[in-house]
Amino acid sequence: MKKALSLLLVGAMTLSLAACGSSSSDSAATDSTTAEESTTSESTDAASEESTGATFKIGGIGPLTGSAAVYGTAVQNGAQIAIDEINAAGGINGYQVEFNFQDDENDAERSVNAYNTLKDWGMQVLMGTVTSTPCVAVVENTQADNMFQITPSGTAVECIQYPNAYRMCFSDPNQGTESAKYIGENGLAQTIAVIYDSSDVYSSGIYEAFAEEAANQGLEIVSAEAFTADNNTDFSVQVQKAKDAGAELLFMPFYYTEASLVLAECNSQGYEPIFFGCDGMDGILAVENFDTTLAEDLMYLAPFVASSEDEQVQSFVSAYEAAYGETPNQFAADAYDSIYVIKAALEGANATPDMSVSDLCDAMTAAMAEVTYSGVTGKDITWGEDGEPNKAPLVVQIQDGVAVEL
Amino acid sequence: MIGFISYLVNGISLGSVYAIIALGYTMVYGIAKMLNFAHGDVIMIGAFVVFSTVSGMGLPPVIGILISVVVCTVLGMLIERIAYKPLRHASKLAVLITAIGVSYFLQNVALLIYGANTKSFTSVVTMEPIRLADGALVISGETIVTVIACIIIMIGLSAFIKYSKSGRAMLAVSEDSGAAQLMGVNVNSTIALTFAIGSALAAIAGVLLCSSYPSLTPYTGSMPGIKAFVAAVFGGIGSIPGAFIGGILLGVIEILGRAYISSQLSDAIVFAVLIVVLLVKPTGILGKQIQEKV
Amino acid sequence: MSKKMKVRNLSKTTKSNLITYGMVIVAYIIVEIFLRAGMVSSLIEGLLVPLCVYVILAVSLNLTVGISGELSLGHAGFMCVGAFAGATFSKCLENVITFGILRFTLAIIVGTLCAALFGILVGIPVLRLKGDYLAIVTLAFGEIIKNVVNVIYLGRDSRGFHISIKDTISLGLEDDGEVIIKGAQGITGTPNDSTFLWGIILILITLFIVINLINSRTGRAIMSIRDNRIAAESIGISVTKYKLLAFSVSAALAGTAGVLYAHNLATLTALPKNFGYNMSITILVFVVLGGIGNIRGSVIAAVVLTLLPELLRALNDYRMLIYAVILIATMIFTSSPGGQAIQERIKLFFERRKTKEA
Repeated sequence: MKKALSLLLVGAMTLSLAACGSSSSDSAATDSTTAEESTTSESTDAASEESTGATFKIGGIGPLTGSAAVYGTAVQNGAQIAIDEINAAGGINGYQVEFNFQDDENDAERSVNAYNTLKDWGMQVLMGTVTSTPCVAVVENTQADNMFQITPSGTAVECIQYPNAYRMCFSDPNQGTESAKYIGENGLAQTIAVIYDSSDVYSSGIYEAFAEEAANQGLEIVSAEAFTADNNTDFSVQVQKAKDAGAELLFMPFYYTEASLVLAECNSQGYEPIFFGCDGMDGILAVENFDTTLAEDLMYLAPFVASSEDEQVQSFVSAYEAAYGETPNQFAADAYDSIYVIKAALEGANATPDMSVSDLCDAMTAAMAEVTYSGVTGKDITWGEDGEPNKAPLVVQIQDGVAVEL
Repeated sequence: MIGFISYLVNGISLGSVYAIIALGYTMVYGIAKMLNFAHGDVIMIGAFVVFSTVSGMGLPPVIGILISVVVCTVLGMLIERIAYKPLRHASKLAVLITAIGVSYFLQNVALLIYGANTKSFTSVVTMEPIRLADGALVISGETIVTVIACIIIMIGLSAFIKYSKSGRAMLAVSEDSGAAQLMGVNVNSTIALTFAIGSALAAIAGVLLCSSYPSLTPYTGSMPGIKAFVAAVFGGIGSIPGAFIGGILLGVIEILGRAYISSQLSDAIVFAVLIVVLLVKPTGILGKQIQEKV
Repeated sequence: MSKKMKVRNLSKTTKSNLITYGMVIVAYIIVEIFLRAGMVSSLIEGLLVPLCVYVILAVSLNLTVGISGELSLGHAGFMCVGAFAGATFSKCLENVITFGILRFTLAIIVGTLCAALFGILVGIPVLRLKGDYLAIVTLAFGEIIKNVVNVIYLGRDSRGFHISIKDTISLGLEDDGEVIIKGAQGITGTPNDSTFLWGIILILITLFIVINLINSRTGRAIMSIRDNRIAAESIGISVTKYKLLAFSVSAALAGTAGVLYAHNLATLTALPKNFGYNMSITILVFVVLGGIGNIRGSVIAAVVLTLLPELLRALNDYRMLIYAVILIATMIFTSSPGGQAIQERIKLFFERRKTKEA
């Protein structure tokens, strides 16, 4: 015991010695390490230009710790599958691809730090960031550096406000509008209740677009109740309000983590409306130990169905299951596709790793206008000038514990 | 009217969960005089142990809970021995920061072991919900069990502290640890015992928390932990009946605030009520007023 | 520390304060030189402004925790007020005042004043409480501020400003209107006015204010209240006045840091991560590790502890785990009797070596 304690103390000592050293020596120390870093990166750059063993360096950013870690991990895994496949098949334009994924804890400031870390590593193309708020911050930096960026799952409009940024998923307004249209056009319900996460950009963004389009469709929103990130376990009030308002349909624009709790609460209150969600619902069936009968008949917009017969989807799902032991959700699928879109753009641009980041970006944005991509989250996807993908959202329903395309 | 009663029942249901967590909080605070910020994370570990043993290994829930209680008790004592005991005479702030460090540590250990994916926790309560007024009023089995568990623990703890020898030692340490030591009370083992009991309570709280709200992640314990801490302060920190009353009141205020004022501002409402209560009664509802002397 | 000792050590205090200022200026010069030479990695370059933000926060919180002796867990709330006030100001006047320095100076003043106002409003009720109860109430205020900011919608059109706590639709904007604060989505597109130089200037101003306050008559009054409230009161020191002064100055400086923070990133949202109690605790960790009441320690601790998780990135999954272990170990090392004994021994060892060399 004493030994362990003293070991611990030694560890602490080294740290606090470092902390006790005056700040000038401290900053000098960091500077010297950074100087080393930059020289090594320069030398690797030089080396890569000369040797034929050069690689494309793709960076990724997303939360790997913190409460949003589940989404970042899925993106990291999905992208890694694509990278491994590409490398096994001979790389892009004959060059191998390196992939480096950094944690941002779903925080804008950390995300910028992660971006700078990746830049020091020599990143040429960015696949990220996973969540919206950090993405809005990082896109300012990629724009300043003119680096090609594609976000797999950053849904806020501002995520891709610059010409160098593209998106793989649907945007918030897009999903909200599409949901309201689908409900209105198919006559699913007249009275609608909404529960949304008012502290989340994704959720409140969809809600606002939904409310606007619902008015156009002649739907009536009888109850709109919010919850916040600090308050996402108890949904008794929100569900009861929806129930008391007599809503035929409950619209849930948030992630499956909370949705599983809302569904359980509805069940215990004996409330059985039509449940309708957005792409954040995807993954609810993969929640470990989840009683899937609760989610029976749940409908949601999804770009990707893991149980689809499609050949590409099947090979992706089986590769993912073999590597990580779980069914991929739409985050993983979007990341997988994002990497292949980067590949398509690099091939379209006929790019080589020795090109500068900015040249690479210009060539790739030019190539993106021509890219038509078919992957696991949609077929024949094209991108407009604004960076939004043109793909039709699928509406999926859970039937007998399996997600089925409608 | 039925709506109001229904909200009230929901509030009690939420409050009972806060109360059971607050009991552990208040117990540790009362004796060791430290804010154990890691309490919420011990709860999370307790829930994960039950999840692994019951849902993973298929053991009966009772055995799972027992294992969880044992694991948490040992964990609590270990934390106390390694992280808090060396700081027994250090400033309050140093202990607070260490507790926060322990909290980060437990969260990240759980993240490494179980991953970030949400786990759905199967309720250990098999009792059918009571439905009144044609199903307009539903009282879940979890609520009934949690409230009963709270009351039993509250009575049990009060009796233990009042009548048993080690309980009275705890009381003595909480009043004046220096004087207690002079009277032959072993302060160190008394505080260790406090942590053991507090952590055992955390295991039970974790099981009941996740039975009521069946989603489990490495961060499950942190927000309920803070809320329970607020509940404990609300009722008068250090007071065992105070924790129960504080927890229930907090839950009811939160639900009624969300139902009748604003669902977005329910946290703000809870905290505002807390502030008002503390301004009127600076040591909480049942807290003892200690006269300050020079 | 008694007054008598203070007088005797006056020259020592002045020297120590000059070292603190000098340290910041030297750090700035060194970093500038490396920046000019292009030898600073992008990571460090990107961290320069956040480092300044955290240094200001740590120094300002030290005023409350160390000098005034009140445990505050709501410091991030004041930072939030400053950040949103400053960013809203800049957003509104982005096209009116095109001269960046003037606009940013005004934004800083606005943010600081708003945070000071909140500091006074919060301080009046809060400072009647003591110890852990005070801590929990400051935490409550911090959470309330964050929660309320998250539901504010502010828009502007030709008819003026519109405010709502529901959603953007209920703002009822004309076609030419723009939404400035969009509830949980916060403020996007704040002009990127924060620079390292601004950060250093603000640090120096913060240090100047805090150090002068500590070494003034007021500062001694505040410390006497911390050491013995009843005794201080008995010699006619107004407890409420001095406590409130320290608290609101501390809040105002947190607001300054908030403005700097808001103008560094293109997006400003009030999430639990950046303005919740987690952030307040992070700042408190800087203060405690740097030494309660030790201003220079706060500066160093803020820099080291902000850099640490970033420099640990290579460890990937174990990063936050190791951060936690280091936190616990450092606390035990610096505050436990065992740790202090070891510290003494190390000190002795170095002193002996020094005498040998001499």
